[in-house]
Amino acid sequence: MLSAILVMALGAVILGAALGYASIKFKVEGDPLVEKIDAILPQTQCGQCGFPGCKPYAEAIAKGEADINFCPPGGEEGIRKLADLLGREFKPLSEEHGVEKPKSVAFIDESTCIGCTLCLQACPVDAIVGAAKQMHTIVAARCTGCELCIEPCPVDCIAMMPLPETVENWKWKYPTIPVKAAA
Amino acid sequence: MNALRKLFRFNGGVKPDYHKEPSTTEPIVDFLDVAPMSSEYVIPLHQSIGGVPHPLVKAGEVVKKGQLIGGPDGYVSSAVHASTSGRVKAVEARLMPHTSGLTALCVVIEPDGKDEWIERQPVPWRSMAPDEVRDALRDAGVVGLGGAVFPTYLKVNPGKKGKLDTLVINGAECEPFITCDDMQMRQYGETIVRGAAILRDLTQAGQVLIGIEDNKPEAIAAMRAAIKATGEARIEAVPVPTRYPAGGAKQLIRVLTGIEVPHGKRSTDYGVQCFNTGTAYGVYEALELGQPLISRVVTVAGNVERPRNYVVRFGTPMKDVVALAGPRPDSDRLIMGGPMMGFAMPSDAVPVVKATNCILVGSPALFPPPPPEMPCIRCGECAKVCPTDLQPFEMYWFSRAKMFGKAQEYHLFDCIECGCCAYVCPSRIPLVDYYRFAKSEIWARENEKAAADEARERYEFRMLRDEREKQEKAAKLAAKAAETKARLAAAGAAAPEDEAKKALIAAAQERAQQQQAAAAQPADAAPAGDPAEQQAQR
Repeated sequence: MLSAILVMALGAVILGAALGYASIKFKVEGDPLVEKIDAILPQTQCGQCGFPGCKPYAEAIAKGEADINFCPPGGEEGIRKLADLLGREFKPLSEEHGVEKPKSVAFIDESTCIGCTLCLQACPVDAIVGAAKQMHTIVAARCTGCELCIEPCPVDCIAMMPLPETVENWKWKYPTIPVKAAA
Repeated sequence: MNALRKLFRFNGGVKPDYHKEPSTTEPIVDFLDVAPMSSEYVIPLHQSIGGVPHPLVKAGEVVKKGQLIGGPDGYVSSAVHASTSGRVKAVEARLMPHTSGLTALCVVIEPDGKDEWIERQPVPWRSMAPDEVRDALRDAGVVGLGGAVFPTYLKVNPGKKGKLDTLVINGAECEPFITCDDMQMRQYGETIVRGAAILRDLTQAGQVLIGIEDNKPEAIAAMRAAIKATGEARIEAVPVPTRYPAGGAKQLIRVLTGIEVPHGKRSTDYGVQCFNTGTAYGVYEALELGQPLISRVVTVAGNVERPRNYVVRFGTPMKDVVALAGPRPDSDRLIMGGPMMGFAMPSDAVPVVKATNCILVGSPALFPPPPPEMPCIRCGECAKVCPTDLQPFEMYWFSRAKMFGKAQEYHLFDCIECGCCAYVCPSRIPLVDYYRFAKSEIWARENEKAAADEARERYEFRMLRDEREKQEKAAKLAAKAAETKARLAAAGAAAPEDEAKKALIAAAQERAQQQQAAAAQPADAAPAGDPAEQQAQR
């Protein structure tokens, strides 16, 4: 009887020690789920979801503090991917957080710009070049289209321009069968 | 010799009607010998795979034939040259010879009619370093003229081993209607052989095999005669069985050498490289004559009275070339390339570019509208004819369902869009349209992903920098506070001095009091023993 209890206790101690060691040795830094969610988010860093960036929103989703349909730039496709990843039902984009728009980039009307640097401070991805009392300009290739620079501009010289379709980024359309009207 | 050469075969392929004879009855002629100059030449800057060349001329400038007007941009890019002399009318967005019907930056040249060359200098390529020769080819704008327009200088590469086993010169020209390579081999075989010899020396190739489909006996004979006439060693013209798409680079390599280049590998890894015959011609002109690529042989065929091959300058409007061939009244469209892989043009005003091997004039009778698409019955015909051994029906299902990841798992990007699957499909499904759709969607997503990754990195760096700045500011403030404190502490240390002063002042006050008191005593003559009274008096 006693030996049986001892054997069981010994087993428990050994396994406990092994588990404890493993939990320290193989500790995962950060939350892999957050990383996965963050990889789906469009990284616009616009804050339309109510969080200060894509990563904080990803963390909130992972904790269950935010729903998956708060991201307008990610759009329907983004919500579907999040629903797939998290095993949840798809739901349409929450209207209070905004609407899905075609991808745009900000454009500074350089004749109106007074060089106040307010937009530079607002840009989450450092896509605006300029200095105090110097004209500013947007590096279009780096602009995520978050619109955060529009609000602080005191002279309203920033406008959003939808990205034009060019021969380089043109996409083949989904094949459709032309429907002829009956004569 | 030829009887000894063992040929291999690729799987699949089809045998469509070739329609090649009509355009081979007349020899190639320079378009400008039989037609007047066009009123303007619209030369798109982007004519090859890779980066868009940047314009080097401005409106109003005078240019000569062969002058560089678009400088190569980035590693994969190729130069663009003026195709005639004249004045630059504008550098502006014009309609491109592209299915999208979109515009892109073009240099519009108004010809002065003199057609005056720039100074041409042969390139001493034999005495130059390989990199310099490659730069010369890039700056001469030589690109693959088989239709893919990949910059040639990037392919002139002996590979990892330092030398190639086999250089394949592609004269198969398997696509129906197109005869530009055929006719060029017949008429300019020696130039092609000399170009192939240059490529052989640049790539250190052990042998050069010129693969020609056996439905072009004249071209085969002409090339054999040209090899003999030039006396070039280790070059051989090899007839290959006529079967579409024998002219695909990987297919021709397979047929001639038996090497099957696997997914994700380059043919140079296996000691083989492949160039089109027209490209070999262009390489000769660029290096031996110092002439940049400003024109090419273009087949005009299809629904025209006089199908023929012309040497056409880049930038010539397609309608000018077609007009000479006499389009029939029921013509309704232009296709750039052949009927299997060609692209419908948005207008007949688009210019001839480096990729224009053929202008195919279509009509409802010649190319009837596709019958309605019917459901896939999984008959497997498409898989039987696929020359890249793919499973077209699977790729079709996944492309149609927009499951792009799955489509990629079935190696969508190994598809060469040859159109064999759509050609045999009994349900008449436009399979290639689905693959093109899926490919462009995947590319767009990859670009978006790359942009998102970069945005994340920049955002994180910005956060890091903000945090660092905050810390630096806090550190600065702390340092300042410490400094003030230190000053105060220093002031504290100076206190004894102050107290000494205070003591001095107090002592002085005391003295003054005593003096006052001494002065008051004799006046009052009061007893000096009562200090309280004294105080009260004061």
